Amino acid sequence: MSAQVPVAAYLILAAVLFSIGVAAFLIKRNLITIFMSIELMLNAVNLTFVAFAHMWHQVSGQIFVFFVMVVAAAEAAVGLAIIIAIFRTRETLNVDSIDLMKS
Amino acid sequence: MSHLTDFQTFLLLSILKVVVVLVITLMAVAYTVLLERKVLGRIQNRWGPSRVGPFGLLQPLADGIKLFLKEDLMPIASERPLFLIAPIIALSCALISIAVVPFGGMQRVTVNGVGVEMFNVADLNIGLLVILGITSIGVYGIALSGWSSNNKFALLGSLRATSQMISYELALGLSLVGVVLRAQSLSLRDIVNSQSAHGLLSWNFFGGFQFVAFFIYIMAAYAETNRAPFDLPEAESELVAGYHTEYSSMKFAMFFMAEYANMITVSCVATLLFFGGASSPFGHLIPDFGGPVVHAILPILWFVVKVLGFLLLFIWVRGTLPRFRYDQLMSFGWKFLLPMAMANIIITSLIIALRA
Amino acid sequence: MQLALFIIFGALAVAGALNLLLQRHPINSALSLVVVMMSLAVLYWSLGAEFLAAAQVIVYSGAIMVFFVFVIMLLNAGEEERTKGSRAAYIVGFPGAAAIFCLLSFVFLSERHAFRSSNVGGYLNNITSNISEISSVLFTKLLLPFEVTSVLILVAILGAVVLARKEQ
Repeated sequence: MSAQVPVAAYLILAAVLFSIGVAAFLIKRNLITIFMSIELMLNAVNLTFVAFAHMWHQVSGQIFVFFVMVVAAAEAAVGLAIIIAIFRTRETLNVDSIDLMKS
Repeated sequence: MSHLTDFQTFLLLSILKVVVVLVITLMAVAYTVLLERKVLGRIQNRWGPSRVGPFGLLQPLADGIKLFLKEDLMPIASERPLFLIAPIIALSCALISIAVVPFGGMQRVTVNGVGVEMFNVADLNIGLLVILGITSIGVYGIALSGWSSNNKFALLGSLRATSQMISYELALGLSLVGVVLRAQSLSLRDIVNSQSAHGLLSWNFFGGFQFVAFFIYIMAAYAETNRAPFDLPEAESELVAGYHTEYSSMKFAMFFMAEYANMITVSCVATLLFFGGASSPFGHLIPDFGGPVVHAILPILWFVVKVLGFLLLFIWVRGTLPRFRYDQLMSFGWKFLLPMAMANIIITSLIIALRA
Repeated sequence: MQLALFIIFGALAVAGALNLLLQRHPINSALSLVVVMMSLAVLYWSLGAEFLAAAQVIVYSGAIMVFFVFVIMLLNAGEEERTKGSRAAYIVGFPGAAAIFCLLSFVFLSERHAFRSSNVGGYLNNITSNISEISSVLFTKLLLPFEVTSVLILVAILGAVVLARKEQ
């Protein structure tokens, strides 16, 4: 019942998630998936904030996460609108095909 | 029993509660369907189901057997794993949110040294947010079902459902803020307790002056459960059957049960937040009578009566109102319900601040 | 309890993230990201941040990811194809990510004496809540940032509408 988990374990988990996010960001060729891997990285960072907030018994870390969520929501709205605009002109979501300023 | 540790006792009791509540909810879903068919029949001047059993009371059983024995069709071009998982998401999300609903009075029983709440599966300090969160997860079931069946009617239905549910979730969430401000807690138990002082007069609907919030909530809830007059996702005159066009047999039954389970959840939340939950409408006017058994049963009775009233309202609205047009639905949600909900928050918080 | 929650949902989060990386269809990636976010919500809860857990479910899984799924459905994005760029990305991507992981875990492990261990009991069992604490900090000390974020959201909404609108 009272088995404790060191905070370092949470940080390692966050590091794993963050690295997978970096890998997905670099490897994926689909614009939407790349965008999703950014969200994954943000989530990994949020986990470290919450773990530290728990460790120091303070709410500041949790408030940080709250603001990150707000920014992520705004970012998702604008980013997906940009993706829709790109898709409308280029008809593709592959980042390798979207490499010219003029089509 | 003494060789069980506290944790094991707790786990066993919790599983017992979950099973009992699940069985009762599924029975309630089945009989809500029957109730709807009966009442709609009466509204439309016909009898409704009356052949199976006395007064058609065994009709849900017959329906279940029929749906279970039907051929399970799978469209060739469908996205197979998502097609299978979509009804499961819809039904499980609809059933999970019942877990945080306190459907009776506060009754702690102590078994083997472990005290548990009898009429509540889980008393969480963020119960209201949990219900909102699980409702918002339920969108995936509908969105994926339409997309994975690879059918344009289904896709249109699910696109409509997704945008409608996201839009109305805002009004739904904001309409609840007034109640939370009054109760100063997100725990459903605390919200109910804050309304139990003077019976009917301290309910949020009457004494709390939250009737605007209540009407916003009930309209948003109709849109959230995809019920008439907001049943555009499955508008049968335009979209065949909307998002579940391609579903048959048990998978269709799961969507069907999810819709009715959502109806029950929404009615439970309306009861808890605006109509005092399991508290009696007479407060202390009626002197206490009966033993502990009556004390335990009576709140449940009140709760069931209130929820039943909301279910009848659902059916009545479906029987009388025509369907909205899609642009009307969107402008109604964004231009009327949302500003009204915000105004309600501002006025409620001003009144609370001035009183303090 | 804390250990069990950590192992189950940490494994689920890693599995979801790997599935995001390995799946070729964007909708599968989106759904595995939803799994990651839900399991992170459970971890937040076990760390005593129940408000954030609910916000994670409502905001991330319930709004942002639904929006992603909606866009994928709307654009009918198919499977991604392999191109010349993808091979180069494979060569750079995996070693780069591995290097970042090694760096991060080295820092965390070498500093682990500074960290304590977390115990869950007090948070999950009592009905105490830190929502009032969060809100009092948010609405008194951090009122200005809070209002600025609301302006940010407003600007984002306007930008999204302008960007996604059809050009005349």
